[in-house]
Amino acid sequence: MIDSAATYPRVVPVGEFALIIELGDRIELEINQKVYDLAAAVERAAVAGVQELVPTYRSLLIRYDPLRANFADLAQVLEDLARASPGGRSTRDQPRPTLYEIPVVYGGDEGPDLQTVAEHAGMSADAVISVHSGTTYRVYMLGFAPGFPYLGGLDPRIACPRLKTPRTKVPAGSVGIAENQTGVYPLSTPGGWQIIGRTPAPLFLPVREPPVAILPGSFVRFVRVSRGRAEDIAEDVAKGSYSLPTRRR
Amino acid sequence: MGSIRVVSPGPLATVQDQGRFGYSRYGISISGAADTHALTVGNMLVGNLANAAAVEITFGAAEFEFTDEAVFAITGGDLSPMVNRAPAPMHQTIAAIAGDSLAFQSPKSGFRAYLCIAGGIDVPPVLGSRSTYLAAAIGGLEGRPLRADDLLSTGYSERPVHAGRRATPSLLPRYGADITVRIIPGPQADRFSEAGLRTFYSNAYAVTDRSDRQGVRLDGPVIEAVAGYDIVSDAVVTGSVQVPGDGKPIVLLADRQTTGGYPKIGVVATVDIPLLAQAAPGSIVRFRAISVEEAQEETRRAIATLAAAAFEEPVLQVTDMLVDGVPYRLELALPQSPASQLRATALVNGVRRVVGAEAL
Repeated sequence: MIDSAATYPRVVPVGEFALIIELGDRIELEINQKVYDLAAAVERAAVAGVQELVPTYRSLLIRYDPLRANFADLAQVLEDLARASPGGRSTRDQPRPTLYEIPVVYGGDEGPDLQTVAEHAGMSADAVISVHSGTTYRVYMLGFAPGFPYLGGLDPRIACPRLKTPRTKVPAGSVGIAENQTGVYPLSTPGGWQIIGRTPAPLFLPVREPPVAILPGSFVRFVRVSRGRAEDIAEDVAKGSYSLPTRRR
Repeated sequence: MGSIRVVSPGPLATVQDQGRFGYSRYGISISGAADTHALTVGNMLVGNLANAAAVEITFGAAEFEFTDEAVFAITGGDLSPMVNRAPAPMHQTIAAIAGDSLAFQSPKSGFRAYLCIAGGIDVPPVLGSRSTYLAAAIGGLEGRPLRADDLLSTGYSERPVHAGRRATPSLLPRYGADITVRIIPGPQADRFSEAGLRTFYSNAYAVTDRSDRQGVRLDGPVIEAVAGYDIVSDAVVTGSVQVPGDGKPIVLLADRQTTGGYPKIGVVATVDIPLLAQAAPGSIVRFRAISVEEAQEETRRAIATLAAAAFEEPVLQVTDMLVDGVPYRLELALPQSPASQLRATALVNGVRRVVGAEAL
């Protein structure tokens, strides 16, 4: 039964070597920021037995060594840390979240569904591009594929249902919209999203540490670029000398 | 150091180690052997570290050729292994010479076998692991399934072992076609009705052929949820039992994604994950709830068993002899048995007779 009066933080075991601490029950920036604040607090406190942290929309998964920590004690430590964290705003000794600028070639061969999205929105293609690139998106978490960002904040005016028939192959770097979500395919995979553009910037970088271009808990904006500029970026990427432009949000 | 050639890979053969840890927050799957216990036992047998890379063979219909001398062992499911067309023993080290063939037919028990070679499979590590992450095409051999004519290099063995080294019974698997696995309830057990929970814990489910390294897809009575089958996506672990919209459970395995949007009724205890990794399509699975403490105790016990593992060392017989005035050394390694010593002596005498050897 769902406990509608559930209070947060709430700690639940996930098997015998992990647990989840839930800080809320919905997708909301404030709740999500608490997750990252807590993750930072856990790392700073160097809690014994903690092996890995996986932040998601409204919860933090902690993988621990059951030979060095037991569930009950760990749950107590985490609840205390969660209650102590201010949440909702950065503390002074935490860096302000980074904003990444993702270069995108919109429309044409790179964005075969831009027109579909425009018609659905009752706007011109240029207006869709303005709206899409005029929004700052929160990177709630990474998942589904290496470096795939779950982005929040898509303007509802350009929300669009998925393709009726998914494509068997969507090129890596494709930027798409599916219902009220937007995102970038880090790998070439089958997909049902409406593809409105493509970025030459790789999101998954297996030879780098960290191996992703966009860190979870950050922000992104899409920046319209010309095909020529995209080709220059692709050359830098091939040389290994490209990084996404960033600024402090 | 040497190499092994893939003659045919069967439905899926990949290079795997214990997994790629520490990158889940970036959406990078852990991958690794589906049955990590079998990998560990195989590596221990051939003198490797537990995390050495091996070849994971699925179902069978696979063949390999040794291009150099090697010591190897086969653990995990019994896929009817044959060396040079003769049945080969499992859970025991075997010495190969150049030209020897190793083939797998079809499953007698289990579903995945591990070919562990002394020195390990030598492929470049990616993000700290030699495991193949198929969806991202990294790790293993070029990030892909093995193909005919692939040549796999093996590393240098720091602790050479002889043939005939056998795993003791405490390390042997207990796979079956009708298994009961232990589950720690949650994290979304409260998303299922009383009836749904009863259904899950009191019915048998069948492994479908839509199962793969991402997960075991089960068929059986629908598990009733309270408020739909969508949750705000959160992190999952290997062994998580998701219940999507059709009400039928999926147990996540090594290649699972890092997050998921379906409610999870429970998580399989680590010690029972090999049972699922070795459950061929058609196998029957039942679930039994246990506590976190019980599951941790089981894990502690399993680790202690591995740590205390003794191996039956082979009977070694070394004989020096002269043949036409030239000194030769004959080395025999035979598995332990009541007759080993007699057999060794008989073999040595037989060889001397055949080559006309004189005592040194």
